[in-house]
Amino acid sequence: MKLIDKMVQLKINDISINVERGTTVLDAAEKIGVHIPTLCHLNLEDFGVVNKSASCRVCVVEDENTGRLIPSCAQEVYDGMKIQTDSLKAVMGRRTNLELLLSNHPNDCLTCVKNLDCELQSLAYELNIKEIHYQGEKMKHPVDITSFGITKDTNKCIMCRRCVTMCNDIQTVGVLGALKRGFDSVVATAFHLDLNQTSCTYCGQCVSVCPTGALAETNDSPKVWRALNNPNKHVIVQVAPAVRAAIGEEFGYEPGEILTGKVVSGLRRLGFHQVFDTNFAADLTIIEEATELVDRIQNKKTLPMLTSCCPAWVQFIEHQFPELLDVPSSCKSPHEMLGVLAKTYYAQVNNLDPKDIVMVSIMPCTAKKAEAARGELNKDGLSDVDHVITTRELARMFKEASIDFTKLPNDEFDNLLGESTGAAAIFGTTGGVIEAATRTAYEMITGKELKEVDFKQLRGIEGIREAKVNIGDLELNIGIAHGLGNARKLLQDIRDGKSHFHAIEIMACPGGCIGGGGQPYHHGHTDILLKRQQALYDLDASMPRRKSHENEMLIKLYDDFLGKPGGHLAHDLLHTTYSAKERI
Amino acid sequence: MRNRILDTSTLDKELLKQLDAFIDSLEGDKQEHLIHVLHKAQDLFSYLPQNLQLYIARKLDLSGARVNGVVTFYSYFNEKPVGKYIISVCMGTACFVKGADKVLERVLELTGTSKNEMSSDGLFTVKDVRCIGACGLAPVMTVNDKVYGKVKPKDVDDIIRHYRSIQYESK
Repeated sequence: MKLIDKMVQLKINDISINVERGTTVLDAAEKIGVHIPTLCHLNLEDFGVVNKSASCRVCVVEDENTGRLIPSCAQEVYDGMKIQTDSLKAVMGRRTNLELLLSNHPNDCLTCVKNLDCELQSLAYELNIKEIHYQGEKMKHPVDITSFGITKDTNKCIMCRRCVTMCNDIQTVGVLGALKRGFDSVVATAFHLDLNQTSCTYCGQCVSVCPTGALAETNDSPKVWRALNNPNKHVIVQVAPAVRAAIGEEFGYEPGEILTGKVVSGLRRLGFHQVFDTNFAADLTIIEEATELVDRIQNKKTLPMLTSCCPAWVQFIEHQFPELLDVPSSCKSPHEMLGVLAKTYYAQVNNLDPKDIVMVSIMPCTAKKAEAARGELNKDGLSDVDHVITTRELARMFKEASIDFTKLPNDEFDNLLGESTGAAAIFGTTGGVIEAATRTAYEMITGKELKEVDFKQLRGIEGIREAKVNIGDLELNIGIAHGLGNARKLLQDIRDGKSHFHAIEIMACPGGCIGGGGQPYHHGHTDILLKRQQALYDLDASMPRRKSHENEMLIKLYDDFLGKPGGHLAHDLLHTTYSAKERI
Repeated sequence: MRNRILDTSTLDKELLKQLDAFIDSLEGDKQEHLIHVLHKAQDLFSYLPQNLQLYIARKLDLSGARVNGVVTFYSYFNEKPVGKYIISVCMGTACFVKGADKVLERVLELTGTSKNEMSSDGLFTVKDVRCIGACGLAPVMTVNDKVYGKVKPKDVDDIIRHYRSIQYESK
């Protein structure tokens, strides 16, 4: 009998179903294949993210028992409920609510960054809106272009609060909130501060869930076009690990297809002089980071050591835990390392003036844009990286240049800074960096060959994971967190002296870089992220070399130029410093 | 570079101490008491400047956006300095249909200020507020803690004159 108590019987569109008590009408309808349009609703099940603000009212359906329209995303089922999702009342109700949302929208779709990728626009099509019967007063907020990573155009906001959920509940950064009330209400920073005045990490998770063009990456492609069209510049590009596993989605490929070769040839078509692989620098990062970890363990220095590849995470610790700035590795992130090497080593070999080199990074990330602008990351006054564009911006550049991505041949990266191992391939997913570092640290510490390179205990998708790895006599305790809220928990333990880890990998975005703020929009389908993750592990498995220290170009780089890992020149070029920042 | 709005040196140290003592005396989850704390802070400082809001955010381990969100949600809270007399004109439905807008218009005219601003003589701040729960007296306005019911625009003259004169007398 108890089992039955748990269940609720109801009818949706005259179809009887039994669902568990507590189920929403939306979820119940989905079980029987009845589609209800939604807008503010967001459920990233695999990452424990649910936005159920019921603010847009687009998902209203008719409850026949009461004759009322109810928001299906938030309303729970009850016994004897009778729902009509397609009654005239429900259809007109949805349409009215959508028209009201559109009544004060700028409607500049033709030139909007989200054109054809906008959930509001798609709904207007789906609900067959041909006329907007209400003309409301338009908002007149200034567009915030103050930050390097994110552009915020509040006038396009529909108050769905998805970004607020991401910024507060998932990332615990707390920069965005809802201010004021009624017609004046607005999603904004405290006191409408410019983003660059706040403790925004530029992780871009707000961007990745924004249904409209209210939050978007800062568009840097015009700067790249200008560089490409400047005959005096030698323009070099590099591609991050997670980009190759996602860019296909912009051109109709199934999620999780690795398209490195096409990206490389496409970049050559765009006119880049050299196409390098950030994966090369990922291998380099591993050598430097593993060297640092071994040094910290053997010489009893500060532990745990935290990975430092993720710029949003670095920004987070600077603002939120300024007392812990000795725990992150001092290693620059891979693309910064590649940038400085392009302007030193590569310039030297090719007799180029570093001033004439423009370094462009293709990243899955909005925070990398802000990272490239950091004052610490330069050599002799030249920024290591000049411009960062996201996976989405690159896809737009291909389209703009009328390059048919699907027909591009497969090319190889340019050598010198183009070779990579399987260890680098997995940098783009949560758990990947620490697995790559473990492979190298194992051989560094034991001096023996590591036969089984797959550390499956480090893989997965749970927000916080921990694993033990035996390296000779040493039992290495490894922690992994993705999502800044999860990172915060591990950091609180470190601050309270309760952390037992030797090393911790942190990535700001749920899933790691595969779910970065600059990746093709997943529109709530987290299975896409899992496919991208699997693709990177498959790529790793398919590589002839799977340990960073076996990268032959890398060995040559140390022999010819850098000296020894962690040595003087390596430290000068490849390591950085952090500074305490305020929390607002 | 230290951000200007994080600088609490402009806040009265004695009042801050009192605010700290109030926060320390709160039991349970202090974050749940945000509205209490804001009330107390406004009682002490008369308004809630940005640096005070951020000070409270830090004390309660809340984000600045969260605190500012609550402060801007309730018309009771002042973000700007306020006059000696705060005139609140109720704009709830009942008051509105009984002509509260005309009352507000007259108040603004006589005090020579605009909504939510302090008059140049520092005497008045005029606010339009949400329903204050005295619909039977509509239209209603309050001056500090004193309630005036069934106010007609022409009554406003006497009320304002009264506060100007007691101000004059106390000088």
